[in-house]
Amino acid sequence: MKIVKEALAGTLESSDLMVKVAPASDGTLDIVINSEVIRQFGAQIEKVVRDTLGKLDVTEGLVVIEDKGALDCAICARLQTAVLRGAECQDLDWSVLS
Amino acid sequence: MTLRRSMLFLPGSNAAMLSTAFVYKPDSIMFDLEDAVSLREKDAARLLVFHALQLPVYRDIETVVRINQLSTPFGPKDLEAAVRGGADVIRLPKTDSAEDVHQLEAEVERIERASGREFGSTKLMAAIESASGVVNALSIAKSSPRLIGIALAGFDYVMDMQTERGDGTELFYARCAVLHAARAAGIDAFDVVYSDVNNEEGFLKEVDLIKRMGFNGKSLINPRQIELLHNAYAPTEEEVDYARRVIAAAEQAERQGLGVIALNGKMIDAPIVNHAKRVLSRAQASGTRK
Repeated sequence: MKIVKEALAGTLESSDLMVKVAPASDGTLDIVINSEVIRQFGAQIEKVVRDTLGKLDVTEGLVVIEDKGALDCAICARLQTAVLRGAECQDLDWSVLS
Repeated sequence: MTLRRSMLFLPGSNAAMLSTAFVYKPDSIMFDLEDAVSLREKDAARLLVFHALQLPVYRDIETVVRINQLSTPFGPKDLEAAVRGGADVIRLPKTDSAEDVHQLEAEVERIERASGREFGSTKLMAAIESASGVVNALSIAKSSPRLIGIALAGFDYVMDMQTERGDGTELFYARCAVLHAARAAGIDAFDVVYSDVNNEEGFLKEVDLIKRMGFNGKSLINPRQIELLHNAYAPTEEEVDYARRVIAAAEQAERQGLGVIALNGKMIDAPIVNHAKRVLSRAQASGTRK
């Protein structure tokens, strides 16, 4: 899935996160994660982000996460929403969203 | 016996509430993708609910998803997310006729087959929100074996009736019609939301009314109302004691091969035994009334 425009999903409320995606200028995939619980859960958050992007076949773009202590399921859902918006994708393939 | 006293509404777009609502222990949690979600957040809410449904913490609570109407651009996608996510029940808003339920049922069947979910495992409930829906309540209630209940939704209904929420007079016929339709079909009946969350006295007055009418429970918008509702539905110690004696008498009669029995001079038959079982179920779920 190719990110073709900037897109946002989520909020900055507690237990949620804000995700911003943007097209890559140089063909790379850059992931930036800021979290209030980065010391305790940074590695787990990054794993969820990379797994989610992998299933969506996102190989390039800029992904910025502002986490406020969200559960994995919320991270996954917000990231999927941002990517689908950024890719202007209307048809959902549920096998890659699970 | 499944208790459905409290059905707590949660906005499908609120990540924090979706992650923590199980702590309030309602009988059912209803993830709302319809009125509580703005048009531009429908896609986000759908995915949040899809993933929240799969949280282990919701395995012991009945999960309900209120989808948008199937005639909207959102409804079919909401239904995919809800059925594939594992929702126990799909709540159809603005149900005006049995045909609305038949259409939903066909779509649910298709998604179950496509996703590999056990056929028939997705249950349905219909929300009645208009004069047409109330008039057609019986045919709606009998429209599908998947239906576990019908609910009256007060706000849209009173708008359709060109009136407004008041002391309950405005809902009198609709409550009676929906309740009778549910009972005739052998399914559950749910009363309207009480939206004045700071008016505890008014809430309890309404709960007392709908409990005496025979409703299984009520849709709720605030977790504070759960304990109040459960306590109001909890039987008294005297009721529990009597229910135990009814069950004991019925068991003894069965052992002795007697068809009709008496307890304290009153005849005990199947409906009374069933009522006693329901009383004990409620007592087991929430204790006796405080």
